[in-house]
Amino acid sequence: MKLHEHQAKQIFSQYGINIPNGQVVSDAISAKNTTEGLGGSAVLKAQVHAGGRGKAGGVKIAKTPLEASELAASMLGQHLVTPQTDASGVPVNSLLIEELADIRSEMYLAITIDRDHRCPVMIISKSGGMDIEEVAHNNPNDIHSEPIEPVLGLMPFQTRRMTRQLGLEGSIARDTAHVMRALYDIFVENDCSLIEINPLIITKDNRIIALDAKLDLEDDALFRHQDLISLRDRSQEDRLEAEASDQDIAYVNLDGDVGCLVNGAGLAMATLDVANAAGAAPANFLDVGGGATDEKVAEAVSIILSDPKVKRVLVNVFGGILRCDVAARGTVLAYQRMNSDLPLIVRMLGTNLEEGKDILAKSGLNVTFADTLTEAAQAIRESQ
Amino acid sequence: MGILLNENSRILVQGITGTEGSFHARACKAYGTNVVAGVTPGKGGQVFDDTIPVFDSVETAVAETNANVSLIFVPPPFAADAITESVDAEVPLIACITEGIPVQDMVKVRRYVERTSITLIGPNCPGMINPAVSCKVGIMPGAIHLPGRVGVVSRSGTLTYEAVGQLTSLGIGQSSCVGIGGDPIIGTSFSEILSLYNEDPDTDMVVFIGEIGGTMEQQAAEFIKNHMKKPVCALIVGASAPPGKRMGHAGAIITGESATSESKTRALRQAGATIIPSPADIGTTAQQVLAELT
Repeated sequence: MKLHEHQAKQIFSQYGINIPNGQVVSDAISAKNTTEGLGGSAVLKAQVHAGGRGKAGGVKIAKTPLEASELAASMLGQHLVTPQTDASGVPVNSLLIEELADIRSEMYLAITIDRDHRCPVMIISKSGGMDIEEVAHNNPNDIHSEPIEPVLGLMPFQTRRMTRQLGLEGSIARDTAHVMRALYDIFVENDCSLIEINPLIITKDNRIIALDAKLDLEDDALFRHQDLISLRDRSQEDRLEAEASDQDIAYVNLDGDVGCLVNGAGLAMATLDVANAAGAAPANFLDVGGGATDEKVAEAVSIILSDPKVKRVLVNVFGGILRCDVAARGTVLAYQRMNSDLPLIVRMLGTNLEEGKDILAKSGLNVTFADTLTEAAQAIRESQ
Repeated sequence: MGILLNENSRILVQGITGTEGSFHARACKAYGTNVVAGVTPGKGGQVFDDTIPVFDSVETAVAETNANVSLIFVPPPFAADAITESVDAEVPLIACITEGIPVQDMVKVRRYVERTSITLIGPNCPGMINPAVSCKVGIMPGAIHLPGRVGVVSRSGTLTYEAVGQLTSLGIGQSSCVGIGGDPIIGTSFSEILSLYNEDPDTDMVVFIGEIGGTMEQQAAEFIKNHMKKPVCALIVGASAPPGKRMGHAGAIITGESATSESKTRALRQAGATIIPSPADIGTTAQQVLAELT
């Protein structure tokens, strides 16, 4: 679950990490008033769940309160399109108005889980304020990773090593080490999957401030962070993906026109691969899961049918726990609810196969049956 | 022989009284698995299905029944506790089916298990099966399996069944099937299972199913190149996945070049594995490689 910059900064502040003075606003008058309160000039930052805001016009500087209200009016209500969004972008419903920072230098600081070391890893770089992927590509030696042993936590010898690598000394090194420890505490105590401060700045009067903040919470751990769930901003999520996640259905929106319903993530990925190889582009990834009921299958198929891109639907069910008759009934229910007549290619195997096929054959829907993945691919090719 | 399971495997089911646990304990028993105990804290003293004693703790279950395999169906908030309880009770082989365990719980569990010689399979996996001894420890449909000489290892659940279904339909049986799980941090990696198949006198070839995310397939490729004495047929799914999106499995996410299916396929091909060109061709590719063996 992603948080907005201003939400992440609130958490930083609670843990003693300095953030710029600022206020979140959602109208032009408040932008003007906040700018006045900050001394007459400010930076306006679109609060969206996507990086690459700056180049897309999502970060603007106002030199007067009046300019702030004009800029706010132009930014609010727009859709921001960045390299990390799709073509329609994400809506800008709020702005973070902050005092301008007096930057001497910029660093990069992040923490995430390292799968190879199987523990949290802190990542630092002197190349702050830049696209870290580009830095990784062009100057990999500028980036240092510090794995953190779960039994020890982040140790002082590690923060000393990292501040040395950043070329820091004295009180600046100590204050930066403090930020690193706070970041580790936030990561562990809130079950984060990623926290990124880019840039972490040193001001001209030697203060360490988090100028930007990105914080992702691990979805599977939200059950033990009920207080953080209210921070979710659905306006930033793909509509169908949000609907699916409400029903506990794993779903990813893709670009093509073949809607896919599968049980099991690996088989779902395999189904997408098969569709692609047959010259058809999948409209989505969807894993309906093993314990699905008629109703859950119906919800899943309804989500697929409500995607305007979808022109045909591929069902691939290997019924172990999920029974084929359940898959069939759920599919028919969805088609009835959505009043759809899109062609259906069905490949089913396993428990209650004959009953499942029977339900679909008698449903009046336009169904082509396939017994194997090869036959399913053939049917996809022929349906183009 | 097969790997991990044998005719002496005695299974205890943690969470046996829950919906998932009860359904699958019955299915395993019906397949022929020797299910000797269940554990649900607070329900000790009950008897499941008139035959299987339920205990309050793994420790007591092991003491009373000599169980040596633990199968875990405990919901995510309590699963790390269930796994570590079995590790503490020194159960040598543990399979955790649960999907949705917080990653930072698994960081600690993994460290705890590493200190021992205990094998943890999963979490977020279908479990393991040895058809020759009718022993199924997991949720896979037993009926699609056939005893034989091909070892299967996979990060997936139903895709593994697809592979097994294709093999069985061609008369190609399985020495064992192991689902290692779809999470980013799991108990046992591909390389360790490959190593077991490498040493198993009853396995002639391995069918290997990987997916996007992480670098476990590349590490397996290193093992195959340096140690594997038997042919490996490999399929990597997820070529159609967009970067940064979780494709169902918590571990199936592209976060860089090495996490892509292309990178994994390349590494496995260079290591000498036969690449299965499509999920529809798992059985036929295995058949070809087996034919070349004889």
